[in-house]
Amino acid sequence: MSQLSERPVEAVVGLPLPHESAALHVTGEALYTDDLVVRTRDVLHAWPVQSPYAHARIVDLQVKPAYDVPGVVRVLTSDDVPGVNDAGVKHDEPLFPDAEVMFHGHAICWVLGETLEAARLGAEAVQVEYEPLPSLVSVREAIAAGNFQGTGRHLERGDVETALTTAAHVFQGEFEFAGQEHFYLETHVALALVDEGGQIFVQSSSQHPSETQEIVAHVLGVASHAVTVQCLRMGGGFGGKEMQPHGFAAIAALGATLTGRPVRLRLNRTQDVTMSGKRHGFHSQWRAGFDDDGRLVALEATLTADGGWSLDLSEPVLARAMCHIDNAYWIPNVRVDGRIAKTNKTSQTAFRGFGGPQGMLVIENVLGRCAPLLGYDAMELRRRNLYQPGHTTPYGQPVRHAERLEACWSEVVRGGEVERRQAEIEQFNAIHPNTKRGLAMTPVKFGISFNLTAFNQAGALVHVYKDGSVLINHGGTEMGQGLHTKMLQVAATTLGVPLERVRLAPTRTDKVPNTSATAASSGADLNGAAIKNACEQIRERLAQVAGSRLGLHAHDVRFADGMVRGLQGGSLSWDDVVLAAYFQRVQLWAAGFYRTEGLHWDANAMQGEPFKYFAYGVAAAEVEVDGFTGAYTLRRVDIVHDVGDSLSPLIDLGQIEGGFVQGTGWLTLEDLRWDESDGPHRGRLATQAASTYKLPSFSEMPQVFNVHLLDKAHEDGAVYGSKAVGEPPLMLAFSVREALRQAAAAFGPVGTSVDLPSPATPEAVYWALDEARSAAPVPSSFSLSGV
Amino acid sequence: MSTTIKVNGQDLPLGGASVHTTTLDWLRDRGLTGAKEGCAEGECGACSVLVARPGIDSPTEWTAINACLVPVAALDGQEIVTSEGLGTSSELHPVQRELAVRGGSQCGFCTPGFVCSMAAEYYRPTRTASAEEDCEHGPNGFDLHSLSGNLCRCTGYRPIRDAAYALGDPDGDDTFAARQSSPPPPPAPTRLTVNGAEFVRPEQLDDVLELIAECPEAKVVAGSTDTGVEVNLRGVRPSLVVAVDRLPELREFSIDDEQVRIGAALTLTEVERLLAGRVPLLEQLFPQFASRLIRNGATIGGNLGTGSPIGDTPPALLALDASLVLASRRGERTVALADYFTGYRETLKAPDELIRAVLIPLPLAPLTAFHKIAKRRFDDISSVAVGYALDVVDGVVREARIGLGGVAATPIRARATEQALVGRPWTERTVREAAAVMATEGTPLDDHRASASYRSAMLGQSLLRFHAQQLHVEGVSA
Ligand SMILES: Cc1cc2nc3c(=O)[nH]c(=O)nc-3n(C[C@@H](O)[C@@H](O)[C@H](O)COP(=O)(O)OP(=O)(O)OC[C@H]3O[C@@H](n4cnc5c(N)ncnc54)[C@H](O)[C@@H]3O)c2cc1C
Ligand code: FES
Ligand code: FES
Repeated sequence: MSQLSERPVEAVVGLPLPHESAALHVTGEALYTDDLVVRTRDVLHAWPVQSPYAHARIVDLQVKPAYDVPGVVRVLTSDDVPGVNDAGVKHDEPLFPDAEVMFHGHAICWVLGETLEAARLGAEAVQVEYEPLPSLVSVREAIAAGNFQGTGRHLERGDVETALTTAAHVFQGEFEFAGQEHFYLETHVALALVDEGGQIFVQSSSQHPSETQEIVAHVLGVASHAVTVQCLRMGGGFGGKEMQPHGFAAIAALGATLTGRPVRLRLNRTQDVTMSGKRHGFHSQWRAGFDDDGRLVALEATLTADGGWSLDLSEPVLARAMCHIDNAYWIPNVRVDGRIAKTNKTSQTAFRGFGGPQGMLVIENVLGRCAPLLGYDAMELRRRNLYQPGHTTPYGQPVRHAERLEACWSEVVRGGEVERRQAEIEQFNAIHPNTKRGLAMTPVKFGISFNLTAFNQAGALVHVYKDGSVLINHGGTEMGQGLHTKMLQVAATTLGVPLERVRLAPTRTDKVPNTSATAASSGADLNGAAIKNACEQIRERLAQVAGSRLGLHAHDVRFADGMVRGLQGGSLSWDDVVLAAYFQRVQLWAAGFYRTEGLHWDANAMQGEPFKYFAYGVAAAEVEVDGFTGAYTLRRVDIVHDVGDSLSPLIDLGQIEGGFVQGTGWLTLEDLRWDESDGPHRGRLATQAASTYKLPSFSEMPQVFNVHLLDKAHEDGAVYGSKAVGEPPLMLAFSVREALRQAAAAFGPVGTSVDLPSPATPEAVYWALDEARSAAPVPSSFSLSGV
Repeated sequence: MSTTIKVNGQDLPLGGASVHTTTLDWLRDRGLTGAKEGCAEGECGACSVLVARPGIDSPTEWTAINACLVPVAALDGQEIVTSEGLGTSSELHPVQRELAVRGGSQCGFCTPGFVCSMAAEYYRPTRTASAEEDCEHGPNGFDLHSLSGNLCRCTGYRPIRDAAYALGDPDGDDTFAARQSSPPPPPAPTRLTVNGAEFVRPEQLDDVLELIAECPEAKVVAGSTDTGVEVNLRGVRPSLVVAVDRLPELREFSIDDEQVRIGAALTLTEVERLLAGRVPLLEQLFPQFASRLIRNGATIGGNLGTGSPIGDTPPALLALDASLVLASRRGERTVALADYFTGYRETLKAPDELIRAVLIPLPLAPLTAFHKIAKRRFDDISSVAVGYALDVVDGVVREARIGLGGVAATPIRARATEQALVGRPWTERTVREAAAVMATEGTPLDDHRASASYRSAMLGQSLLRFHAQQLHVEGVSA
């Protein structure tokens, strides 16, 4: 067991605690960025002027009429930018587009008003003359036009060509699937003001305050030390606030510096949905070869990510997609090409799973389509292709703990009574012509760490005050994932104090600098290790103090439960030791630091060991589909998921359940409909509000929902033996999609292979089952091309 | 004339609010930032607050509504409770406690709204523990539909459901429970003028009729579930708003041998409770109509007042052969609903007329059903909605009325399908033939909710489903 992962006996980590802010959440006392507005004086409100074209040249911009609207204070345009007119880190994302608008809803300028209403009317008064330009809206259009951005990638192992020529069964197909809107309940918001001495203070709903700070600084043309960014908490992030908040924060900061007044920029839902990036939709083309035993021998695929109008995080998203096209399956010969289409849409960005889900969806779709054609039950086909110990991934990383896949799988089969239920479903389907059930199991293997090695570092600041109370601060942000709860538990465990003695201060860039985004599920791994490091420094100093008081060597004292005990007897209270240390002039605070060891990645060759470890899980989902409408219900879900030794089981359970339902939303319900017609609204997102873009509600919750954490799952490489949990469970939702496919197939003859679009909305399921229903029996020798 | 609202037990002056200021913005401007804006269109419930409303089973019922849709002026003189008023972090309300300890909040942004919706159900006088648990009701009688208007993006809902099902009954000294035994404040006649715009709540029907006859610009508002969306999302700013939702003349309800008479300003929730299952077709409709939060505000008159082709009550009411009582200064008239819709969002109703009541003739047809096709089961707008009312005597269809929504510029009767059924045996063969006809009714469009071909297919499938579901009651009506 490593020093990092070793857990003391009376640990506070591992206790099932509710979220640290739960009591504040339920009473409405918890403050979010926009709640600060009423607590701030003389705030100005911002409203954007948005493009009504997917692509157009800005011929003329007249802002003067806005000033005639009562209450309008200032219109911000590109002329006002003292620094760099850029909202991203790739220099392809002008904060104010001064020549061309690149997507429907692109903000051209921003109006500041005494009230939101004044700003809105001011924006209506701004006159923009456009010259519409040809646009590419769908990924297919971009592919046809050869319009790509960023660097294409190639990942290869083995000899795909030979393997496909000699394989017993070869199938091929094309599969395009939709992205997903984050729909964090709290939309993007920033509140900026100028402090004393020209210092800019921005409160931002940001997963990446350090980068928000950098962008604000470069837009204002000031050094980073002149800008402080704070994030109290977010009302959800899911990756949507990793890159996207920066520009909004910069607009607010620019407004504040120009007017001398605090500026609030809060997007309403429609603005948020039409302006901010989403999960990438992908187009995929694939060929897969199987041997006679149903084992995958080769996979060839071309993935095209629909990047939208600028790069944002599309390159790392694509890399992760390519690195997860194997999901949990051993494929000896692999060739994957990846590229990023440039389309006139919002600039797509990080979203829980970060490309991983898209990569995996491709292989799960292949298996779901091919199983009936190979004459296999899909469950059996998946199981026999699972990674075994000793296997490596296509990019050359050993699949450590591959046996946990089988462990999760058999645990789900047992606990979920899968065999009994399969038999019941068969009987049910035989006597119900208009209703069919399906039960599917899918695995997940997800790599943890940022693909870019440099991001795998974190800092923390821990103060112990003279009265023994502890204040911690770290670079991670809280968006509901329970990071702060875990960090409090880590600090209490390391210092051996009761949880109540530890408080956590909001995330700010002037406490811990140069932080990475709270993303890639790595928040607890990185920041937890940094906090542990800081606490250990303090504890070691205190051990000296306590040791000399107890007449023992510092190594022979233990910290637990607010007491410092000698191994050979004798004890002191934590408070006494702290106070004594103060009088001995011992430093009672420390800065902690952590960097993940052992990572290496050659981004060009797509080879290396980019991940510290893999998180595993397996889900079984049972659905019931109505043959008249395609409507369905999720009857039961069983999950076994590997979170290592959980830092905080109630939090982890919440991440698994929430991630699963969010993934189910992506795959079944959430429908991004862009206007791809040549009509006047080309490029407009038709589902840009909660009334048209439907999130899962209570009716989509599994009726029976059993989630278990995998036993004996210690992870040697991470803080207190735990594993990251934020993203991987989302991908367990493939089980729902595959169950729907099976239920739809049950309307047809045995062996029907169902082509299911994604999202599998009731309409999509209806057409799929309708086709199955009218399908002729499939001849057994049938080998399909152009699936 | 009152110009205060009692919020969490404290009288707060309306001051500073404009005619269109939503209750949500008003509360937040007063520092009560517990209620949040997640969508501003009644979909997410993050803005849910409790209002003291006249109850059906107790003098007052704490009713959860969407604060983002209701103009604050409409609550003049009323009583509101927000998440902050229910409890504090040092003294949690039972609903708050259950949510907090069970992991019911992650980011917490949706939580105050869930707390209010859940509290309303906690205090529902008719909620009683029952051994009959199903997937929408807890052992404590908690109806999950009460949370159908609240979205959570983080939790996946399971812990929220468990919190709801773990709730007991209010304690004997619970002040919110006690409040339900005395009546709510009466509606306050209101006249608020700000920056040239005016909000008026007249005391009686005649005053309203006078006003809308004199001022063509007047915008009638009832529950504001449609109007609120227009204001928030489309920037509509009527200069004169006339509130009709508390008019006693529009809140009458009666049943006699001839008909059911439903006042236009009764909310869907109230209509459901007052009918108590006596119109089975509507009983099927209610849980499929929007969410509990919306049904608590949305009136039946408002659903017809919009003239929308995708409203859910029109297809049902068409099948029930309903008619409307229209009132104006010129008098009252009754028009058949089948004649009421004249074009896309156009109706027979003259600008100076109000819908006063909906009339449903009795006896009801014996075979009825309401089918709604939507992406999501709870709280979604119909792609297609179908209301059925059939009379089958001795195995032969004697009468058939089928109302359709979502397939034409107005709600329509499926006349051709009705013809294909009437006088023919109620058999699979007839139904298959009629279903083929039904699939050609209307002129459905492609949009983001559904394709035209799906809508057409759903019409035909709906009739097949109706028949399959009715098979076992065939002939019973004779
Ligand atoms: C989130 C959400 C979900 C919804 N889901 C559904 C659904 O599933 N099915 C469905 O059918 N509808 C749905 N709706 C719309 C539904 O709530 C409304 O149509 C409602 O019934 C309108 O009633 P109201 O009292 O709120 O009307 P208001 O918004 O107050 O008024 C609506 C219109 O009717 C007019 N009006 C109101 N009362 C009268 C009257 N007595 N006489 C004449 N004109 C009048 C008004 O002038 C206005 O034009 C939904 C709305 C929202 C916001
Ligand atoms: S803010 Fe979403 S329902 Fe009111
Ligand atoms: S807890 Fe985040 S939306 Fe519900």
